[in-house]
Amino acid sequence: MNKVITSAADGIALIPDGATIMCGGFGLCGLPENLIRALHARGTRNLTVISNNPGVDDFGVGMLVRAKQVSHFIGSYVGENKEFERQAIAGEIKYTLVPQGTFAERIRAGGAGIGGFFTPTGYGTIVAEGKETRVIDGRHYVLEAPLRADFAFVKAYKGDTKGNLIYRKTARNFNPVMATAATVTIAEVEEIVEAGQLDPDAIVTPGVYVTHVFKGAYFEKRIERRTVRQLQAV
Amino acid sequence: MEKRERIVRRIARELHDGDYVNLGIGMPTLVANYVPPGIDITLHSENGMLGVGPYPLESEIDPDLVNAGKEIVTELPGTSYFSSADSFAMVRGGHIDITVLGALEVDEEGNLANWMVPGKMMKGMGGAMDLVAGAKRVIVAMEHTTKESGHKILKKCALPLTGTKVVHMIVTELAVIEVTPKGLVLREIAGDTTLDAVQKSTGATLHVEGDVGKF
Repeated sequence: MNKVITSAADGIALIPDGATIMCGGFGLCGLPENLIRALHARGTRNLTVISNNPGVDDFGVGMLVRAKQVSHFIGSYVGENKEFERQAIAGEIKYTLVPQGTFAERIRAGGAGIGGFFTPTGYGTIVAEGKETRVIDGRHYVLEAPLRADFAFVKAYKGDTKGNLIYRKTARNFNPVMATAATVTIAEVEEIVEAGQLDPDAIVTPGVYVTHVFKGAYFEKRIERRTVRQLQAV
Repeated sequence: MEKRERIVRRIARELHDGDYVNLGIGMPTLVANYVPPGIDITLHSENGMLGVGPYPLESEIDPDLVNAGKEIVTELPGTSYFSSADSFAMVRGGHIDITVLGALEVDEEGNLANWMVPGKMMKGMGGAMDLVAGAKRVIVAMEHTTKESGHKILKKCALPLTGTKVVHMIVTELAVIEVTPKGLVLREIAGDTTLDAVQKSTGATLHVEGDVGKF
């Protein structure tokens, strides 16, 4: 079955108000920016967004936050977005912070049919409050629950017509794990190729996880911190 | 020498050839600039990379290649990329030899507080809780006291914790302190200070065993 759709707008057309959406990306790197722009344009509201960070004020998930489309945000760090901070302090947006590794593993568990797991992360901290703990081989662990979503927005480098995906450098981040943990996974890629054109041994996300794939119309790939060094005299 | 440089230079001497090392955002990142000659380490970045190289030249900038501080970086030969889930499996699984992080408070049990200041908006712990829970060795890099000369090394942390009994060593501009089952042991002090001055700047008892070195 050919999983290719024509545009981001097609991909998000059936997302209702109140949906829970996972969104790949770390900071502004590896963001499904075409899907975010399309959802912003459509104005879908009351969303729960699960993403490591809420982007910056005018890019990434921050676009949805600024337009008041997000009612609940779940991630590990929200420090780079002034408008998010304003809404959080004003009580206009609910947010839940999860340690980044626990966040990734909860999503992995959600996609892998695991009903929860014991992690040493956060033991003895406020993160563990109200959660079951257990000593296993002398080490303290906290029980964490799986995390799933209605939709996952994924950015990959290349995809084929069967939905197989490969990634590029650190733009991989949360994308592969989120692709596994949603009812509908929509992947935007920089290049679509025919089935058989990607090396089967190199595929990171097998097409079984991907519902739709499309070629992104435009990738801004904004850089958050432009750290460069000067060429030194030899 | 500037305080921060003194701290990160001293921490760099804790690195062993072959170590896999995660450096926190800010001052800890600078440790990479002082790795001693003959020591070959591999830098882990929790967003999914082993083999982090220096910042790029203007001509090498690649927006798909950032470190955990969201700075653009380069890759060294032998780099590997992996998902965030794999990255933290590596961390929790004890495969990272050393992590270096900043702190707001550390106490004599090795408890660490570095992510939340009461009264300020919670911005999140990022990967810090996983790193301190999982890395084989946790080194804190921080200035010895607050800007107002308040103690940061305490009998018991007052701020919300990042991890319990996780810190192995504290390096400040004044001292190198090891966290042991019997409390804090003073290993070295800076060349321009005294044992007395270091103890006065510390809110917990510093034990002395044998010679205290200078750094």
